[in-house]
Amino acid sequence: MSEPTLTWNLARDASEVLEYHFMVNALLAGTLVAVMAGLLGWFMVLRAQTFAGHTLAMMAFPGASAAALIGVAAAWGYFAFCGAGALAIGWLYGGRTRSWGEQSAGIGAVQALALALGFLFVSLYGGVLGDLENLLFGTFLGVSDGQVLTLALIAAGSLIALAALGRPLLLASVDPDLASARGVPVRGLSIAFLGLLGLAVAATSQVTGVLLVFALLVAPAASAQVLTASPWLSLVLTVAFGLLIVWVGLGIAYFSAYPAGFYIASIAFAMYVLARAWARVRDARGARRGAVSGSERPEAGPPPVEGVIA
Amino acid sequence: MSVADAGQAAAAPVLELRDARVEMDGRTVWSEVSMSMARGEFVALLGANGSGKSTLLKAALGMLGLSAGSIHVLGGPPGAANAQVGYLPQRRAFDAATRLRGRDVVRLGSDGARWGVPLPVPRASAIGRRRREESARMAEVIALVGASAYADRPIGELSGGEQQRLLIAQALVQRPRLLLLDEPLDSLDLPNQAVVAALVARICREAGVAVLLVAHDVNPLLPYLDRVVYLAGGHAVEGTVAEVIDGETLSRLYGVPVEVLRARDGRLVVVGQPEPPAHHHDRHEHAHGHGHGHVH
Repeated sequence: MSEPTLTWNLARDASEVLEYHFMVNALLAGTLVAVMAGLLGWFMVLRAQTFAGHTLAMMAFPGASAAALIGVAAAWGYFAFCGAGALAIGWLYGGRTRSWGEQSAGIGAVQALALALGFLFVSLYGGVLGDLENLLFGTFLGVSDGQVLTLALIAAGSLIALAALGRPLLLASVDPDLASARGVPVRGLSIAFLGLLGLAVAATSQVTGVLLVFALLVAPAASAQVLTASPWLSLVLTVAFGLLIVWVGLGIAYFSAYPAGFYIASIAFAMYVLARAWARVRDARGARRGAVSGSERPEAGPPPVEGVIA
Repeated sequence: MSVADAGQAAAAPVLELRDARVEMDGRTVWSEVSMSMARGEFVALLGANGSGKSTLLKAALGMLGLSAGSIHVLGGPPGAANAQVGYLPQRRAFDAATRLRGRDVVRLGSDGARWGVPLPVPRASAIGRRRREESARMAEVIALVGASAYADRPIGELSGGEQQRLLIAQALVQRPRLLLLDEPLDSLDLPNQAVVAALVARICREAGVAVLLVAHDVNPLLPYLDRVVYLAGGHAVEGTVAEVIDGETLSRLYGVPVEVLRARDGRLVVVGQPEPPAHHHDRHEHAHGHGHGHVH
């Protein structure tokens, strides 16, 4: 069989890619990850909890090494440590909002402890963690059917949970005081959200690797939120961007000698840069139009509105 | 309901405190506080920083418990009728990066606390009709506060006055009978303070909503107030502006000589009130690890 080469006939390239079961699995897994990480990442970016998200992703390291030490499947380690990390951060910071500086310092401390534990377990295990490369960069092109199924179940579960919690979570994220006044359990939701995030991170990092999970959590949501402030549109864009990143990344990786993770991360970054550039051009054009059409009106009082008020 | 009953219901106070006392972290914030607000009244809650004004609002919402005395909101215990109480918490301006439109913030006031997602339903069904009513109400309330021009912009990009108007719309969207506003004029410049004060007064008058507005400067509100409640030294005094903001009354309340000066344009300046006791009080940060209570 000859080396796969990218031709200009994209339809033919696509069908060639899809001939291989491992590529189909990779694309399925990638699609599930893009949707789940995209939607959870949207809330994460809105709540300015990207550092907490990153820490949860890092929890996979002590998780994998603890599992190797004890001799159980790596998956248990991932879920246990990401879950514990989520609970720890949620319990520490899920309540009254602390200053961002205090929060990020505390989360940083948790992350440092996690990495230290990881190294401890590796040294106790007596050797090199052979799977370190897999841990960090994943095995996108070696996804089993079982893994795809697990991912699908977890994605379905988190999406249902997110659908149920989404609105109160949005209110609690934007205005915690008003949310408490309306009876929304702000702290509980905070912990629940971090728990969902931990679960999603644990599931996806087994496939995509710890470093890439973060790219898929942050980049699509950040790009979408830069471009629009309308929540529904923003969510749709987030998923669309995530799918684009994963499909194009995997597609190019099939034809190239370089790892899939590199392409996915680069495309994610490029997407964010493009979104920022577009937003800047749009804002500059908008400002110019505003200046041309007339000078700034002083803030007008409310118009004299007659009619039904209550 | 008979005419007599309806009349009595209309006359019942929307908010009533009797000898109420709140303690936080072992300290008494205020005690023996009695006040009552009738339907459609515009009342200002004044006092220095740290005197417990925000605490009173939170007690009225059922977010804090009383150690003594009673509170009745719309005839029931605090918290029970919160759907009919509009609340504007004290806050600093939205983070400039908050990526949510003003319109969405107002909508959160209407259905933000509901679980689940709005599923698509046929327009003619009961839910479809209710949704259309809610949309219409939202548009109405945004127009009422004069924010239609910028409701679709990200709220983080708007000025303080514009944000405040949208937040007032958010508090109004469910047609409350009582509006609790915690320092809405706080971060605004003087012209905007005047505009927002006038807006609140207009809403109060035309919609018959009782308004309790926490402020630390009474002057923007002077033309519109019905009555004033002044919190100081752990106690409160209630009455008209002339009765309460008066040198003798305030001196008695604070326990030290306090003077009230009247400028030529009618503005009042209180001079000589003592600084509140030294707890770490930062109105904009809501948490400290130290053991001090948060007295607002």
